[in-house]
Formats: sequence, C-alpha cells, structure tokens
Amino acid sequence: MSVIAPKFRLGYFIKHLTDDIFWIIVIITLIGLPAIMIVFFFIELPVLEGELLTPFLAYTMLFHPELSIPLIDSFMNTPFFKIAAFPGFGFAVLIAGATIFVERKLLAKLQLRVGPFYCGKIEGIFQLIADGLKLVSKEIIIPAKADKPIFWAAPLLFIGTAAAFVALIPVAPGWVVADIDLGLLAVFAVIGFFPIITILSAWSANSKYPFIGGIRALYQMVSFEIPLILSLLGVVILTGTLNLSEIVVSQTNFPWIIFLPIGAIVFFITMLAELERIPFDLPEAESEIVAGWLTEFSGMMYGLVQLGSYLKLYAFAALFVVLFLGGWTGPLLIPSTPPEILTGIDAGPISVDLPGSERFIDRTLNADLVNGVIWFVLKTVGVIFFMLIPRGVFPRIRIDLILNIGWYKLIVLSFVNIFIALGLLYSGILGPGGIF
Amino acid sequence: MAVQLPPGVQLSKTEDDKIMTLNVGPQHPGSGHMRLIIKVDGDRIVSCDPDPGYVHRGEEKMAEYRNYITNIPHLERPVIHDSCNILYPYVLAVEELLGIEVPERAKYVRVIASELNRFSYILYWLAIYGIFLGHSTMFMWPAGDRELAIDLLDKLTGARVTHAYFVPGGIRNDFPANFEDVCIRQVNYLEKRLKEYAAIFYDNPILISRTKDAGVLSRQDAIRLGTTGSVLRASGVDFDIRTKEPYDAYEELDVHTNVLKKGDSYDRSKIPWLDMLESCNIIKQALEKMPKSGSVRVKLKPNPKGGNEEVYKRVESGRGALGVYIVSRSKPEPYRLKLSVGSFRNLICMPYLLKGEKLGNMPAVYWGLNYWPVEADR
Repeated sequence: MSVIAPKFRLGYFIKHLTDDIFWIIVIITLIGLPAIMIVFFFIELPVLEGELLTPFLAYTMLFHPELSIPLIDSFMNTPFFKIAAFPGFGFAVLIAGATIFVERKLLAKLQLRVGPFYCGKIEGIFQLIADGLKLVSKEIIIPAKADKPIFWAAPLLFIGTAAAFVALIPVAPGWVVADIDLGLLAVFAVIGFFPIITILSAWSANSKYPFIGGIRALYQMVSFEIPLILSLLGVVILTGTLNLSEIVVSQTNFPWIIFLPIGAIVFFITMLAELERIPFDLPEAESEIVAGWLTEFSGMMYGLVQLGSYLKLYAFAALFVVLFLGGWTGPLLIPSTPPEILTGIDAGPISVDLPGSERFIDRTLNADLVNGVIWFVLKTVGVIFFMLIPRGVFPRIRIDLILNIGWYKLIVLSFVNIFIALGLLYSGILGPGGIF
Repeated sequence: MAVQLPPGVQLSKTEDDKIMTLNVGPQHPGSGHMRLIIKVDGDRIVSCDPDPGYVHRGEEKMAEYRNYITNIPHLERPVIHDSCNILYPYVLAVEELLGIEVPERAKYVRVIASELNRFSYILYWLAIYGIFLGHSTMFMWPAGDRELAIDLLDKLTGARVTHAYFVPGGIRNDFPANFEDVCIRQVNYLEKRLKEYAAIFYDNPILISRTKDAGVLSRQDAIRLGTTGSVLRASGVDFDIRTKEPYDAYEELDVHTNVLKKGDSYDRSKIPWLDMLESCNIIKQALEKMPKSGSVRVKLKPNPKGGNEEVYKRVESGRGALGVYIVSRSKPEPYRLKLSVGSFRNLICMPYLLKGEKLGNMPAVYWGLNYWPVEADR
C-alpha cells in the first residue's frame, strides 16, 4: 500500500545500457587491451593442425565456420565437455540457478509480494549474481571448537555428492556422463551419502543447534530412504533393468506414471523429505533450532551448501522425469535436418557451403539431441514447479509425525505399488521393456 | 498438562549427561526479546525457564515524573502496535480521577479505534504465529493486509503506530472527511480475507495435526494460573471484559464472546481469528449507532490534579485483560502507576505447558500464548 516499487521505464533502461557500453569500451581499451598484450607476451600459444593458434587465427575462425565447426564437434565429444558443461555440472547449475530465481518470484507472487526487483533492471534477474557476490565477499567464520578439516570438507563433499548424482542422469539419447548398467543402484548409493555428510558437518561444528539439526536430518533421511528405494522397485520390476537410459527407452509409448501412480506419489513425497523442503524442512527449522545443521556455515560455505541442495533438487526432479515421466521421449518438435543443410545451400545467387558441418550435425547436434533436451527440460521444470508449490501452502511438520508417515504409511504404500507392478507383470499386461 | 511420555523419559531429572540445555533467545529467530532456558532430553522438554526482562524500560517509574497528559506518549510504547488498547485503561482511570464525563460521540470513536487496533495487532500476531510454524504465506498475507488497517488508523490518528489518540476527556480529533465509507469498505474486504486465511491456514491438515493436543491447558489450570484473554477463552472460560464489565460504548453494542473448549495451541490460535471477525462486527455496529455529530473532547484545565484517591480500570486488549492502577496524592503527577498486562500473566503458564512437550511444539505453544515480550517487561 505505502511502498510501490518504481515502474520499469524503457528510456532509463536504454540510457543505462548505453552508459554501461560506454564504460565497457573505455575500460577495455585502457586496461583490458594492454593486459591481454602482456599476457600474450608470456604464454605459449597452442598449435592446431600445424598452425599456431594466434588471436588472429581465432578471430578468423569466428567468420569461417568450416575451420571452427570441426573444433567444436571434437570438443563437444570430449568427456571434459560432458562433465563440465552438458549434460553435467554446467547444465545442472544453470537449471538450479533458474530454480532459485523462479522459486523466489513464484513465492512472492503467491504471497502478494514483488520479490527480487531492482537488481538487473528487469524483474531482478541478476539478483542471484548479486547474492553470489555477497556470499563470496563475506568472511568465513569457523567456530573455535570445531573439528576444522571435517567442517571445511562438508560443503565441498555435499556439492561433490550432488554433482555425482547429476552425473548419473541421462538427458538425451547418449548424453549422460556416466552410463552404467546399475545406474539406479548407483543413485541409491549416492543418496545414501547425504545423511553421512549432514551428520559429519553437524557434529564437527561442535555446537548445539547444528547437532540437533543433524540428528533430525539423520532420522528423517534414513527413515525416508527405505520408502524411496521401495517405491522405485515397481519400475525396475516392469522394465527388468537398472540402467536409467534403458528405463527411459522403455517408456517410449507410455510413461510409467500411468501404471504406477502410487509409486510416483510416494517417490514425490520422499523426494521432498530427502531435499529437506517445506513441509519436511525439520533439519533447518528456523523457529526451533535457528538454521539447523547450516547454523555455523558462513559466507561461501553456506553458498556451496545451498547450491548443492538446489543441484540435488534438480537431480531428484530429473530422476522423477526419467523414471515416471518418460525422460527425453516425446513427440518430435523439431524435425530432422534436411539434406540441403547438410550439403550446403544452392538457391539462385545465394550459395553457402559449410564443409564439416555435415558430420557435426549428423553426429552431434542432431534432432534426437535437440528434441530430447527440449522435452527433458520441459518435464523437469514442470516437476520442479510442483516441488516449489508446497513451500507456499504448508507449514512445517513435527519430527514424530514425519517418522510416523515414513515408517507406517509410505512403506505400506510402496509395497502396494510393488504388488501392483507384480500383478501387471504376471497377468501378462506388461513385460520387461514396456508396451510395444 | 498431562502429556503421554514415552518409556525412559523422566521429567524429574534435570541434571544429567543426557540432558542438554538450550538458550532459546535472545539471539534466536524464534524467541522474541526474551530468553527461554530449555532443558531437553532427546526431543522432550524436561524443563523450561522463561527469562524476560531484556526490554525493561521502567514505564511505571517514568510515569511518576510526568503529568497526566505527558504520560500518554510513553505509556503506549510497550505495545506500539496495540497502542490504543494500552492507553484505554489509563485514560479511563484518569477520567475517573478528574471526574470528567466523555462526550457520547467520543465513546464510539474510541471503540472503533480500539477495535481497529485490536484487528491490526492480531494480524501481526497471526503473521508471527504463521512463520513460527514455518508457514511463510501466513506471514506475508496478514503482514500485507495489516497495511489496510494501519492505513485506516493513519487516516484517523495521523500515525501508523504509536497513535497517542486517546486523551483524558475524549479523543484528540474527530473523524476525517469520508472516513466512514472507507472504513466500511476496508473492513468488508478484511472480513473476506479472513475466510481465505481459514482456508489456507486453519483448515490445513498439517497445521491441525501439529497444533492439536500441543500444550493443553485445562479449564481449572487456566483459572488457577491466572491467564487472561485468548488463552483463558480457549480453555472454555467465558470471560471478556467487553461484556462482563462493559466500558464506554461497549454497553450499547452487541458483543459476542468467542469460547472454545479444548485449550490446546490450535484453539488458542483460533480464538484471535474469531476475535477479528467479532471486531469487524463491532466496528460496523458502532459506525451505525454512533451520533453523527457532536463534540469529541472535553476541555481540560491546564495541568490537572487528581484527588487523594486510588483508581483501577481495566479493558480487554489484544492479549487479554489490561489494567491500570493509579495512586493519586493531589499532585499533577501520579504518585504510583501500575500496569497489569495480559502478556506477563500468560507467560506464567509457559513452564507448565512446555514441560514434557516435544521440542518441535515449542514455537506453537510459545506464540500461541499471545505473548508480547516488550509488554511483559514494561
């Protein structure tokens, strides 16, 4: 009522933009160029196909795709690209960051607020960068009586385990960092690491509230891991494989959520509990135990744990998509590349010839990848949306109630799900490999 | 207070290796300006020792050095968001002391201001009750809707909080132009919003499972421990000063007292919500029945003196009975002024309620007592 956020004005925006461009040009010419010169003086330039990769050559490559496309092609097929960029860490961090921003805006709209607004001119899209800069610039305070090596290691272990989880998720046909036959078992193994890290960090802080939070997290995760694993067994029974890529392929015609809705619901609830999200955010219950096991983390250590937990959120949502919603499968949105583009365009006066692009588009950037990624991202975003909504609707639950739900109700429901799967299998309606 | 304990938990032991002492507050997001020394055995609270006094300002002593008019602005400081109600008994007591008869219109305006203030206070309380239970929407909605009630009070009194609106002899100023229409419109809107609160908060299955049977206070214990206000009425005692000892225009208004039976944290949180609906009802009634014109303030003599007597007046505030006791010795200042506040009286039953409860129930029980630390410290 009293404070109304200022409106977005295009004129001011353009003025700011031109100002920024002016200062970027000034700074680059005065500081950047001399600095680059100095760097070039000292470093050794790589040799590419018998030629020295000078900046001039790199600049030339920008305007001659026939030179750069094979380079991109070979780079995209290296394990480094898969681990660091797509479908590994970089892709997951992008989605995790977008999730944080969307969560804040969505929650704000739900609660009649504005949310992040000022940073980044348009609806506060750079708020995350500002928050990251703040966390980086903050002092890291370690409690005097903490077990320092373990306390330091906890955030790194947490984000490392979350990244290991991300590495197991197949995003598009053939696009998975670790394509292993026992993929689902590896997922269970990775999930089993989180309580250990939580209790280690909580205990090493040597403080009361982290300790209580850690114990709560341990109780909650251990009691919810059993229904989580049991709820996924139905899918394994019907597909007859633990390989996540093969599970996706088995859902080409029908996603498993149609036949195993109870398993999907149980998995969704246990997922929320594993992620410590409201209504199951007991380990971080603010009004009871300050911030739970995160109380003593400060600065970028806290930032790493937060990033890790959002990576975990993405990985769980992606696992839900892979197991129940059919992963990358879906109607063809972008058709296969016509042969004219592969061989070059020859239409009247226009003639484009791109040697090398044929192999690139055929091998790497094909329609399978593009369609698969689009469907996968759409489904994952949908699942994440449903995971964010409870935060605006539910209060926090109590620890005895949560253990009750986990041990009595969800385990029974996941057994019901297994019996449904067995019934479908033995009545001959479905077999390993899905409906064909 | 009879809590079913699991085997192995003993409440009699308070010093043991198993028992951990937690200082909940004053540096704790769930404590307010006070400290609770809580001893837990696992997840059970073995003992709770409230430690108020972090925001003691000596209001009662300060009142002895100021005259009856200059006492007004500082006496409302303990509860700045319920300032009309904390000034109400003081103003009534001073009026009896000085022998002033308040104009009829002023009585109604006082009731309207007091009910609006109660409404905005309960919204604030509800916001914190919501966030204490981890329901962030219930924090934002009342905090946003409270702006409407505050805007009304701003129009009426000229300040968003700390209104200093009630003065001995009436009120500071009459309604601004067009106030009745705006008031009716806003109150109707707020009444509609209250139904939505019930849909998202009070009917929420998780909230019900969490707060039902948390900190049950029986009828006998509620009377024995001297609780007042919403805590007393949630335990099944029909006691509201607005109906039992009506003051000002409450005599002519039809006020309904909300009583619930169980006496757990859920009932204690439901009573203020019912009170808000009742406040809307009272405001509408008062706007209808009040005289449309007339004086709102009696002119006082400069530096008025009371006689050689003692006065006690009490009203129903957002937190329960709020009394002011003034001892006058024929001087412009009170010889002694004593505030009897609902917050402190409800705080007394906290150790009894929390003993044997689970740690997760602590915020629900604590804030369900309708307790405002600053008022308790005075």
